[in-house]
Amino acid sequence: MPVADASRGKRAIERVGCASCHTIPGIGWPKGEAGPPLHGMAERALIAGRLANRPGILARFVRDAPALVPGTTMPAMPLSEEESRDVAAFLYESGK
Amino acid sequence: MLDGWPPPILDPAGPDAWAIATLAWVLLAMAALVLGVVLAAMWLALSGRPELRARLGGTKAIWIGGVAFPVVVLSLLLVYGLSLTRTQSAPLRGDEMRARVTGEMWWWRVAYLDQQRRPVLHDANELHIPVGRPVVLELESGDVIHSFWVPRLAGKLDMIPGRRNIIRIQADQPGVFGGQCAEYCGGPHALMGFVVVAHPQQRFDQLMRSRLARAAAASATPQAAQGARLFQSSGCAACHRIAGTPANGLAGPDLTFVGSRRTLGAGILPNNRGTMMGWIANSQAIKPENRMPPYTLLPGEDISALAEYLEAQR
Ligand code: HEC
Ligand code: HEC
Ligand SMILES: [Cu+2]
Repeated sequence: MPVADASRGKRAIERVGCASCHTIPGIGWPKGEAGPPLHGMAERALIAGRLANRPGILARFVRDAPALVPGTTMPAMPLSEEESRDVAAFLYESGK
Repeated sequence: MLDGWPPPILDPAGPDAWAIATLAWVLLAMAALVLGVVLAAMWLALSGRPELRARLGGTKAIWIGGVAFPVVVLSLLLVYGLSLTRTQSAPLRGDEMRARVTGEMWWWRVAYLDQQRRPVLHDANELHIPVGRPVVLELESGDVIHSFWVPRLAGKLDMIPGRRNIIRIQADQPGVFGGQCAEYCGGPHALMGFVVVAHPQQRFDQLMRSRLARAAAASATPQAAQGARLFQSSGCAACHRIAGTPANGLAGPDLTFVGSRRTLGAGILPNNRGTMMGWIANSQAIKPENRMPPYTLLPGEDISALAEYLEAQR
Protein backbone atom coordinates (compact mmCIF):
# COMPACT_ATOMS: atom_id res chain seq x y z
CA MET A 1 0.00 0.00 0.00
CA PRO A 2 1.43 3.43 -0.97
CA VAL A 3 2.24 5.76 1.93
CA ALA A 4 -0.36 8.44 2.59
CA ASP A 5 0.80 11.87 1.47
CA ALA A 6 -0.48 14.95 3.29
CA SER A 7 0.29 17.39 0.47
CA ARG A 8 -1.70 15.26 -1.98
CA GLY A 9 -4.42 15.21 0.65
CA LYS A 10 -4.52 18.98 0.71
CA ARG A 11 -4.97 19.12 -3.06
CA ALA A 12 -7.78 16.56 -2.85
CA ILE A 13 -9.51 18.64 -0.17
CA GLU A 14 -9.32 21.68 -2.45
CA ARG A 15 -10.53 19.75 -5.46
CA VAL A 16 -13.68 18.39 -3.81
CA GLY A 17 -14.36 21.44 -1.62
CA CYS A 18 -14.48 20.05 1.96
CA ALA A 19 -13.90 23.61 3.17
CA SER A 20 -17.33 24.67 1.89
CA CYS A 21 -18.56 23.08 5.16
CA HIS A 22 -15.49 23.03 7.41
CA THR A 23 -12.91 25.49 8.63
CA ILE A 24 -9.73 23.46 8.10
CA PRO A 25 -6.30 24.47 9.41
CA GLY A 26 -3.97 24.94 6.45
CA ILE A 27 -6.80 25.80 4.02
CA GLY A 28 -7.06 29.58 3.63
CA TRP A 29 -10.41 29.76 1.83
CA PRO A 30 -13.25 29.03 2.21
CA LYS A 31 -14.00 28.66 5.89
CA GLY A 32 -17.37 26.92 5.73
CA GLU A 33 -19.59 26.65 8.76
CA ALA A 34 -22.07 23.89 7.97
CA GLY A 35 -19.88 21.33 9.75
CA PRO A 36 -17.53 21.54 12.76
CA PRO A 37 -14.03 23.09 12.44
CA LEU A 38 -11.36 20.41 11.99
CA HIS A 39 -8.66 21.66 14.36
CA GLY A 40 -6.62 19.23 16.41
CA MET A 41 -7.82 16.07 14.68
CA ALA A 42 -4.75 14.19 15.94
CA GLU A 43 -5.63 14.76 19.60
CA ARG A 44 -9.27 13.73 19.44
CA ALA A 45 -10.53 10.52 21.01
CA LEU A 46 -13.47 10.15 18.64
CA ILE A 47 -14.47 11.05 15.10
CA ALA A 48 -17.93 12.61 14.86
CA GLY A 49 -18.34 11.85 18.55
CA ARG A 50 -18.60 8.10 18.07
CA LEU A 51 -15.93 6.42 15.92
CA ALA A 52 -12.47 5.45 17.15
CA ASN A 53 -9.99 8.03 15.86
CA ARG A 54 -7.64 5.87 13.77
CA PRO A 55 -6.18 6.68 10.33
CA GLY A 56 -8.03 3.87 8.54
CA ILE A 57 -11.34 4.85 10.08
CA LEU A 58 -10.86 8.56 9.41
CA ALA A 59 -10.02 7.76 5.79
CA ARG A 60 -13.22 5.76 5.40
CA PHE A 61 -15.24 8.44 7.19
CA VAL A 62 -14.13 11.34 4.95
CA ARG A 63 -14.98 9.30 1.86
CA ASP A 64 -18.32 7.89 2.94
CA ALA A 65 -19.48 9.25 6.29
CA PRO A 66 -23.10 8.01 6.05
CA ALA A 67 -21.84 4.41 5.75
CA LEU A 68 -20.16 4.70 9.17
CA VAL A 69 -22.52 7.13 10.89
CA PRO A 70 -26.02 6.54 9.54
CA GLY A 71 -28.08 9.71 9.53
CA THR A 72 -25.09 12.08 9.61
CA THR A 73 -25.36 15.32 7.64
CA MET A 74 -21.87 14.91 6.24
CA PRO A 75 -22.38 13.47 2.74
CA ALA A 76 -20.24 10.93 0.89
CA MET A 77 -17.53 12.84 -0.97
CA PRO A 78 -16.06 12.09 -4.42
CA LEU A 79 -12.63 10.85 -3.23
CA SER A 80 -10.78 7.72 -4.30
CA GLU A 81 -9.61 5.31 -1.58
CA GLU A 82 -6.06 6.50 -1.99
CA GLU A 83 -7.07 10.15 -1.84
CA SER A 84 -9.07 9.55 1.32
CA ARG A 85 -5.95 8.17 3.04
CA ASP A 86 -4.04 11.25 1.90
CA VAL A 87 -6.82 13.46 3.24
CA ALA A 88 -6.68 11.74 6.64
CA ALA A 89 -2.90 12.25 6.72
CA PHE A 90 -3.35 15.94 5.96
CA LEU A 91 -5.99 16.39 8.69
CA TYR A 92 -3.75 14.77 11.31
CA GLU A 93 -0.77 16.85 10.27
CA SER A 94 -2.28 20.27 9.64
CA GLY A 95 -4.24 20.59 12.87
CA LYS A 96 -1.42 19.72 15.27
CA MET B 1 -8.26 23.27 -8.16
CA LEU B 2 -11.18 23.95 -10.46
CA ASP B 3 -10.99 23.18 -14.18
CA GLY B 4 -9.57 26.18 -16.02
CA TRP B 5 -8.96 28.13 -12.81
CA PRO B 6 -7.14 30.37 -12.19
CA PRO B 7 -7.27 31.27 -15.88
CA PRO B 8 -3.75 31.59 -17.33
CA ILE B 9 -3.57 35.03 -18.91
CA LEU B 10 -0.94 34.44 -21.58
CA ASP B 11 -2.12 31.10 -22.92
CA PRO B 12 -4.54 32.04 -25.71
CA ALA B 13 -7.08 29.53 -27.09
CA GLY B 14 -8.73 31.76 -29.68
CA PRO B 15 -7.76 34.37 -32.30
CA ASP B 16 -8.50 37.58 -30.37
CA ALA B 17 -6.81 36.30 -27.22
CA TRP B 18 -3.88 35.22 -29.40
CA ALA B 19 -3.47 38.74 -30.82
CA ILE B 20 -3.52 40.24 -27.34
CA ALA B 21 -1.01 37.75 -25.93
CA THR B 22 1.32 38.23 -28.92
CA LEU B 23 1.16 42.00 -28.56
CA ALA B 24 1.88 41.67 -24.83
CA TRP B 25 5.03 39.64 -25.53
CA VAL B 26 6.20 42.06 -28.23
CA LEU B 27 5.69 45.03 -25.91
CA LEU B 28 7.55 43.24 -23.15
CA ALA B 29 10.46 42.47 -25.46
CA MET B 30 10.59 46.08 -26.71
CA ALA B 31 10.44 47.42 -23.15
CA ALA B 32 13.32 45.14 -22.17
CA LEU B 33 15.34 46.31 -25.19
CA VAL B 34 14.77 50.00 -24.45
CA LEU B 35 15.60 49.48 -20.78
CA GLY B 36 18.84 47.77 -21.84
CA VAL B 37 19.80 50.68 -24.10
CA VAL B 38 19.03 53.24 -21.38
CA LEU B 39 21.05 51.32 -18.79
CA ALA B 40 23.97 51.04 -21.18
CA ALA B 41 23.83 54.79 -21.88
CA MET B 42 23.75 55.49 -18.16
CA TRP B 43 26.76 53.30 -17.55
CA LEU B 44 28.55 55.08 -20.38
CA ALA B 45 27.66 58.51 -18.99
CA LEU B 46 28.96 57.62 -15.52
CA SER B 47 32.05 55.61 -16.24
CA GLY B 48 32.71 55.51 -19.98
CA ARG B 49 35.83 56.93 -21.65
CA PRO B 50 35.77 60.78 -21.92
CA GLU B 51 35.42 60.89 -25.75
CA LEU B 52 32.46 58.46 -25.63
CA ARG B 53 30.83 60.54 -22.90
CA ALA B 54 31.28 63.64 -25.01
CA ARG B 55 29.63 61.91 -27.96
CA LEU B 56 26.74 60.76 -25.80
CA GLY B 57 26.05 64.37 -24.79
CA GLY B 58 26.35 65.66 -28.37
CA THR B 59 23.50 66.93 -30.54
CA LYS B 60 23.76 63.97 -32.89
CA ALA B 61 23.18 61.45 -30.10
CA ILE B 62 20.16 63.39 -28.91
CA TRP B 63 18.65 63.57 -32.42
CA ILE B 64 19.17 59.89 -33.03
CA GLY B 65 18.52 58.41 -29.59
CA GLY B 66 16.02 60.95 -28.31
CA VAL B 67 13.97 61.76 -31.40
CA ALA B 68 14.49 59.43 -34.37
CA PHE B 69 14.60 56.17 -32.41
CA PRO B 70 11.37 56.67 -30.42
CA VAL B 71 9.48 58.10 -33.41
CA VAL B 72 10.41 55.19 -35.65
CA VAL B 73 9.98 52.45 -33.03
CA LEU B 74 6.72 53.77 -31.60
CA SER B 75 5.21 54.34 -35.05
CA LEU B 76 6.12 50.84 -36.15
CA LEU B 77 4.71 49.41 -32.92
CA LEU B 78 1.50 51.37 -33.33
CA VAL B 79 0.96 50.14 -36.87
CA TYR B 80 1.86 46.59 -35.86
CA GLY B 81 -0.38 46.66 -32.77
CA LEU B 82 -3.34 48.07 -34.64
CA SER B 83 -3.07 45.56 -37.47
CA LEU B 84 -2.64 42.69 -35.02
CA THR B 85 -5.78 43.59 -33.12
CA ARG B 86 -7.86 44.87 -36.03
CA THR B 87 -9.99 41.68 -36.01
CA GLN B 88 -11.40 42.85 -32.69
CA SER B 89 -13.10 45.82 -34.27
CA ALA B 90 -13.99 44.05 -37.51
CA PRO B 91 -17.70 44.32 -38.32
CA LEU B 92 -19.90 41.43 -37.20
CA ARG B 93 -21.30 39.15 -39.88
CA GLY B 94 -24.67 39.24 -38.18
CA ASP B 95 -25.34 35.50 -38.21
CA GLU B 96 -23.05 34.63 -35.30
CA MET B 97 -24.42 32.78 -32.31
CA ARG B 98 -25.44 35.36 -29.71
CA ALA B 99 -25.82 35.33 -25.98
CA ARG B 100 -26.40 38.01 -23.39
CA VAL B 101 -24.33 38.04 -20.23
CA THR B 102 -25.45 40.41 -17.49
CA GLY B 103 -23.18 41.22 -14.57
CA GLU B 104 -24.94 41.11 -11.20
CA MET B 105 -23.46 41.59 -7.74
CA TRP B 106 -21.72 38.97 -7.67
CA TRP B 107 -22.70 36.51 -10.33
CA TRP B 108 -23.61 36.40 -14.04
CA ARG B 109 -27.02 36.11 -15.68
CA VAL B 110 -26.83 34.28 -19.03
CA ALA B 111 -29.39 34.21 -21.84
CA TYR B 112 -28.97 32.46 -25.18
CA LEU B 113 -30.52 34.51 -28.02
CA ASP B 114 -32.12 33.36 -31.27
CA GLN B 115 -31.49 34.95 -34.70
CA GLN B 116 -34.06 37.65 -33.87
CA ARG B 117 -32.04 38.31 -30.71
CA ARG B 118 -34.79 37.18 -28.38
CA PRO B 119 -33.80 35.19 -25.29
CA VAL B 120 -34.69 31.53 -25.72
CA LEU B 121 -32.81 29.87 -22.88
CA HIS B 122 -31.81 31.13 -19.45
CA ASP B 123 -28.87 30.04 -17.34
CA ALA B 124 -26.23 31.52 -15.03
CA ASN B 125 -22.50 31.57 -14.33
CA GLU B 126 -21.65 29.29 -17.24
CA LEU B 127 -21.74 29.67 -21.02
CA HIS B 128 -21.58 26.86 -23.57
CA ILE B 129 -20.22 27.63 -27.02
CA PRO B 130 -19.28 25.67 -30.16
CA VAL B 131 -15.59 25.29 -31.01
CA GLY B 132 -14.06 27.27 -33.87
CA ARG B 133 -16.90 29.76 -34.37
CA PRO B 134 -17.07 33.36 -33.23
CA VAL B 135 -19.74 33.95 -30.60
CA VAL B 136 -21.10 37.43 -30.01
CA LEU B 137 -21.85 38.41 -26.43
CA GLU B 138 -24.06 41.33 -25.45
CA LEU B 139 -22.61 42.51 -22.17
CA GLU B 140 -24.91 44.35 -19.78
CA SER B 141 -25.05 45.15 -16.10
CA GLY B 142 -27.90 44.84 -13.64
CA ASP B 143 -26.35 47.14 -11.03
CA VAL B 144 -22.79 48.52 -11.03
CA ILE B 145 -19.87 48.34 -13.45
CA HIS B 146 -18.42 44.86 -13.89
CA SER B 147 -15.89 43.68 -16.43
CA PHE B 148 -16.19 40.49 -18.44
CA TRP B 149 -12.87 38.68 -18.83
CA VAL B 150 -12.17 35.17 -20.07
CA PRO B 151 -8.43 35.60 -20.70
CA ARG B 152 -7.91 32.58 -22.94
CA LEU B 153 -10.74 33.58 -25.31
CA ALA B 154 -10.78 37.40 -25.56
CA GLY B 155 -9.82 40.71 -24.00
CA LYS B 156 -11.66 42.46 -21.17
CA LEU B 157 -14.78 44.53 -21.70
CA ASP B 158 -16.70 46.54 -19.13
CA MET B 159 -20.36 45.86 -18.39
CA ILE B 160 -21.92 49.26 -17.84
CA PRO B 161 -25.40 49.95 -16.42
CA GLY B 162 -27.75 51.18 -19.15
CA ARG B 163 -25.44 50.19 -21.98
CA ARG B 164 -24.90 47.16 -24.17
CA ASN B 165 -21.29 46.41 -25.05
CA ILE B 166 -20.48 43.83 -27.68
CA ILE B 167 -17.57 41.42 -27.43
CA ARG B 168 -16.66 38.51 -29.67
CA ILE B 169 -15.16 35.39 -28.18
CA GLN B 170 -13.89 32.27 -29.89
CA ALA B 171 -12.37 29.00 -28.73
CA ASP B 172 -10.31 27.01 -31.21
CA GLN B 173 -10.23 23.88 -29.08
CA PRO B 174 -12.74 22.16 -26.81
CA GLY B 175 -12.22 22.83 -23.13
CA VAL B 176 -13.21 24.66 -19.99
CA PHE B 177 -12.11 28.29 -19.82
CA GLY B 178 -12.21 30.21 -16.56
CA GLY B 179 -13.24 33.86 -16.35
CA GLN B 180 -13.24 36.53 -13.68
CA CYS B 181 -14.93 39.86 -13.07
CA ALA B 182 -12.15 42.36 -13.75
CA GLU B 183 -13.67 45.58 -12.38
CA TYR B 184 -13.98 45.97 -8.63
CA CYS B 185 -17.72 45.81 -7.90
CA GLY B 186 -17.74 45.74 -4.09
CA GLY B 187 -17.92 42.95 -1.49
CA PRO B 188 -16.97 39.52 -2.83
CA HIS B 189 -15.87 40.86 -6.25
CA ALA B 190 -12.80 38.60 -6.11
CA LEU B 191 -15.16 35.60 -5.83
CA MET B 192 -17.08 36.45 -9.02
CA GLY B 193 -15.83 33.87 -11.47
CA PHE B 194 -17.28 32.57 -14.72
CA VAL B 195 -16.92 29.45 -16.85
CA VAL B 196 -17.02 29.04 -20.63
CA VAL B 197 -17.28 25.48 -21.93
CA ALA B 198 -16.42 24.93 -25.60
CA HIS B 199 -17.80 21.79 -27.28
CA PRO B 200 -17.36 20.33 -30.76
CA GLN B 201 -20.24 21.61 -32.92
CA GLN B 202 -22.24 18.40 -32.93
CA ARG B 203 -22.03 17.96 -29.17
CA PHE B 204 -22.97 21.62 -28.75
CA ASP B 205 -26.06 21.30 -30.99
CA GLN B 206 -27.11 18.24 -29.04
CA LEU B 207 -26.74 20.07 -25.72
CA MET B 208 -28.77 23.07 -26.91
CA ARG B 209 -31.54 20.83 -28.26
CA SER B 210 -31.83 18.92 -25.03
CA ARG B 211 -31.76 22.11 -22.97
CA LEU B 212 -34.41 23.80 -25.10
CA ALA B 213 -36.60 20.70 -24.72
CA ARG B 214 -36.02 20.65 -20.96
CA ALA B 215 -36.82 24.36 -20.60
CA ALA B 216 -40.09 23.94 -22.52
CA ALA B 217 -41.23 20.93 -20.47
CA ALA B 218 -42.18 20.43 -16.85
CA SER B 219 -39.38 19.51 -14.47
CA ALA B 220 -38.83 15.76 -14.28
CA THR B 221 -38.87 15.91 -10.47
CA PRO B 222 -42.43 15.69 -9.14
CA GLN B 223 -43.44 18.79 -7.19
CA ALA B 224 -44.43 16.47 -4.34
CA ALA B 225 -40.82 15.40 -3.78
CA GLN B 226 -39.47 16.62 -0.46
CA GLY B 227 -36.77 18.79 -2.05
CA ALA B 228 -39.28 20.45 -4.40
CA ARG B 229 -41.61 21.22 -1.49
CA LEU B 230 -38.76 22.63 0.58
CA PHE B 231 -37.65 24.78 -2.35
CA GLN B 232 -41.06 26.49 -2.17
CA SER B 233 -41.57 26.51 1.59
CA SER B 234 -38.06 27.75 2.50
CA GLY B 235 -38.40 30.74 0.19
CA CYS B 236 -35.78 29.67 -2.38
CA ALA B 237 -38.35 30.01 -5.17
CA ALA B 238 -38.73 33.73 -4.47
CA CYS B 239 -35.18 34.34 -5.70
CA HIS B 240 -34.52 31.44 -8.05
CA ARG B 241 -36.16 30.22 -11.22
CA ILE B 242 -36.43 26.57 -12.26
CA ALA B 243 -38.15 26.24 -15.65
CA GLY B 244 -41.29 24.12 -15.63
CA THR B 245 -41.92 24.63 -11.89
CA PRO B 246 -43.66 27.38 -9.91
CA ALA B 247 -40.20 28.74 -8.94
CA ASN B 248 -39.85 31.97 -10.85
CA GLY B 249 -37.61 34.30 -8.82
CA LEU B 250 -35.11 36.48 -10.64
CA ALA B 251 -33.01 37.92 -7.81
CA GLY B 252 -30.60 34.98 -7.90
CA PRO B 253 -29.12 32.69 -10.57
CA ASP B 254 -31.44 30.54 -12.71
CA LEU B 255 -31.20 26.98 -11.35
CA THR B 256 -32.87 25.07 -14.23
CA PHE B 257 -29.53 23.46 -15.12
CA VAL B 258 -27.67 23.86 -11.83
CA GLY B 259 -27.12 20.11 -11.49
CA SER B 260 -24.91 20.08 -14.59
CA ARG B 261 -22.91 23.23 -13.81
CA ARG B 262 -19.16 22.83 -13.48
CA THR B 263 -19.11 25.13 -10.46
CA LEU B 264 -21.19 26.71 -7.69
CA GLY B 265 -21.16 30.22 -6.25
CA ALA B 266 -20.23 31.83 -9.61
CA GLY B 267 -17.19 29.83 -10.69
CA ILE B 268 -15.65 29.40 -7.25
CA LEU B 269 -16.53 25.94 -5.88
CA PRO B 270 -16.62 22.50 -7.47
CA ASN B 271 -20.19 21.20 -7.82
CA ASN B 272 -20.96 18.07 -5.81
CA ARG B 273 -23.37 16.99 -3.07
CA GLY B 274 -21.08 18.32 -0.36
CA THR B 275 -20.42 21.78 -1.80
CA MET B 276 -24.10 22.13 -2.74
CA MET B 277 -25.10 21.43 0.86
CA GLY B 278 -22.39 23.67 2.26
CA TRP B 279 -23.49 26.52 -0.02
CA ILE B 280 -27.18 26.20 0.85
CA ALA B 281 -26.52 25.85 4.59
CA ASN B 282 -24.29 28.89 4.85
CA SER B 283 -23.10 30.58 1.68
CA GLN B 284 -22.13 33.61 3.76
CA ALA B 285 -19.22 31.69 5.27
CA ILE B 286 -18.02 30.81 1.75
CA LYS B 287 -18.71 34.06 -0.11
CA PRO B 288 -19.15 36.77 2.53
CA GLU B 289 -21.75 39.47 1.75
CA ASN B 290 -23.27 37.65 -1.23
CA ARG B 291 -26.99 38.22 -1.62
CA MET B 292 -28.28 34.82 -0.60
CA PRO B 293 -29.27 34.44 3.07
CA PRO B 294 -27.71 31.66 5.19
CA TYR B 295 -30.00 28.75 6.12
CA THR B 296 -28.38 27.78 9.40
CA LEU B 297 -31.75 26.88 10.92
CA LEU B 298 -32.66 24.24 8.34
CA PRO B 299 -31.99 20.72 9.66
CA GLY B 300 -29.38 18.61 7.87
CA GLU B 301 -31.90 16.32 6.22
CA ASP B 302 -33.67 19.30 4.64
CA ILE B 303 -30.39 20.68 3.27
CA SER B 304 -29.68 17.22 1.94
CA ALA B 305 -33.11 16.95 0.28
CA LEU B 306 -32.69 20.40 -1.31
CA ALA B 307 -29.26 19.43 -2.64
CA GLU B 308 -30.63 16.19 -4.05
CA TYR B 309 -33.44 18.11 -5.75
CA LEU B 310 -31.07 20.69 -7.24
CA GLU B 311 -28.62 18.04 -8.45
CA ALA B 312 -31.48 16.57 -10.50
CA GLN B 313 -32.00 19.91 -12.31
CA ARG B 314 -29.92 19.45 -15.41
C1 HEC C 1 -22.25 19.31 3.57
C2 HEC C 1 -21.21 19.75 4.40
C3 HEC C 1 -19.97 18.89 4.58
C4 HEC C 1 -18.99 18.63 3.65
C5 HEC C 1 -18.94 19.08 2.20
C6 HEC C 1 -17.99 17.88 4.35
N1 HEC C 1 -18.34 17.69 5.63
FE1 HEC C 1 -17.24 16.80 7.10
N2 HEC C 1 -18.75 17.03 8.42
C7 HEC C 1 -19.95 17.69 8.16
C8 HEC C 1 -20.79 17.60 9.33
C9 HEC C 1 -22.18 18.18 9.46
C10 HEC C 1 -20.06 16.87 10.30
C11 HEC C 1 -20.53 16.43 11.67
C12 HEC C 1 -20.97 15.00 11.48
C13 HEC C 1 -21.55 14.31 12.66
O1 HEC C 1 -21.15 14.61 13.78
O2 HEC C 1 -22.38 13.42 12.42
C14 HEC C 1 -18.79 16.55 9.69
C15 HEC C 1 -17.76 15.87 10.33
C16 HEC C 1 -16.50 15.71 9.83
C17 HEC C 1 -15.38 15.18 10.56
C18 HEC C 1 -15.41 14.75 12.00
C19 HEC C 1 -15.16 15.97 12.84
C20 HEC C 1 -15.28 15.73 14.32
O3 HEC C 1 -15.46 16.72 15.00
O4 HEC C 1 -15.20 14.60 14.73
C21 HEC C 1 -14.31 15.18 9.73
C22 HEC C 1 -12.91 14.76 10.04
C23 HEC C 1 -14.76 15.69 8.45
N3 HEC C 1 -16.09 16.01 8.55
C24 HEC C 1 -13.96 15.84 7.33
C25 HEC C 1 -14.44 16.20 6.08
C26 HEC C 1 -13.65 16.16 4.87
C27 HEC C 1 -12.20 15.74 4.78
C28 HEC C 1 -14.48 16.56 3.87
C29 HEC C 1 -14.15 16.60 2.38
C30 HEC C 1 -13.76 15.35 1.80
C31 HEC C 1 -15.74 16.92 4.45
N4 HEC C 1 -15.70 16.67 5.80
C32 HEC C 1 -16.83 17.44 3.74
C33 HEC C 1 -20.28 18.34 7.00
C34 HEC C 1 -19.56 18.29 5.82
C1 HEC D 1 -32.88 36.59 -1.21
C2 HEC D 1 -32.74 35.78 -2.40
C3 HEC D 1 -32.31 34.34 -2.28
C4 HEC D 1 -32.93 33.33 -1.59
C5 HEC D 1 -34.15 33.41 -0.70
C6 HEC D 1 -32.18 32.13 -1.92
N1 HEC D 1 -31.15 32.42 -2.75
FE1 HEC D 1 -29.86 31.10 -3.58
N2 HEC D 1 -28.83 32.63 -4.41
C7 HEC D 1 -29.18 33.94 -4.35
C8 HEC D 1 -28.16 34.74 -4.98
C9 HEC D 1 -28.15 36.26 -5.14
C10 HEC D 1 -27.17 33.83 -5.42
C11 HEC D 1 -25.86 34.18 -6.11
C12 HEC D 1 -24.82 34.41 -5.05
C13 HEC D 1 -23.48 34.78 -5.62
O1 HEC D 1 -22.85 33.91 -6.24
O2 HEC D 1 -23.06 35.93 -5.43
C14 HEC D 1 -27.64 32.51 -5.05
C15 HEC D 1 -26.96 31.33 -5.36
C16 HEC D 1 -27.47 30.07 -5.15
C17 HEC D 1 -26.88 28.86 -5.64
C18 HEC D 1 -25.61 28.75 -6.47
C19 HEC D 1 -25.95 28.86 -7.92
C20 HEC D 1 -24.75 28.91 -8.82
O3 HEC D 1 -24.89 28.64 -10.00
O4 HEC D 1 -23.66 29.22 -8.37
C21 HEC D 1 -27.68 27.82 -5.22
C22 HEC D 1 -27.46 26.35 -5.50
C23 HEC D 1 -28.76 28.40 -4.47
N3 HEC D 1 -28.61 29.77 -4.45
C24 HEC D 1 -29.76 27.67 -3.85
C25 HEC D 1 -30.71 28.24 -3.01
C26 HEC D 1 -31.61 27.47 -2.17
C27 HEC D 1 -31.68 25.97 -2.13
C28 HEC D 1 -32.36 28.36 -1.47
C29 HEC D 1 -33.41 28.08 -0.41
C30 HEC D 1 -32.99 27.26 0.70
C31 HEC D 1 -31.93 29.70 -1.89
N4 HEC D 1 -30.93 29.58 -2.80
C32 HEC D 1 -32.49 30.88 -1.42
C33 HEC D 1 -30.33 34.47 -3.80
C34 HEC D 1 -31.20 33.77 -3.00
CU1 LIG E 1 -16.39 42.68 -9.94
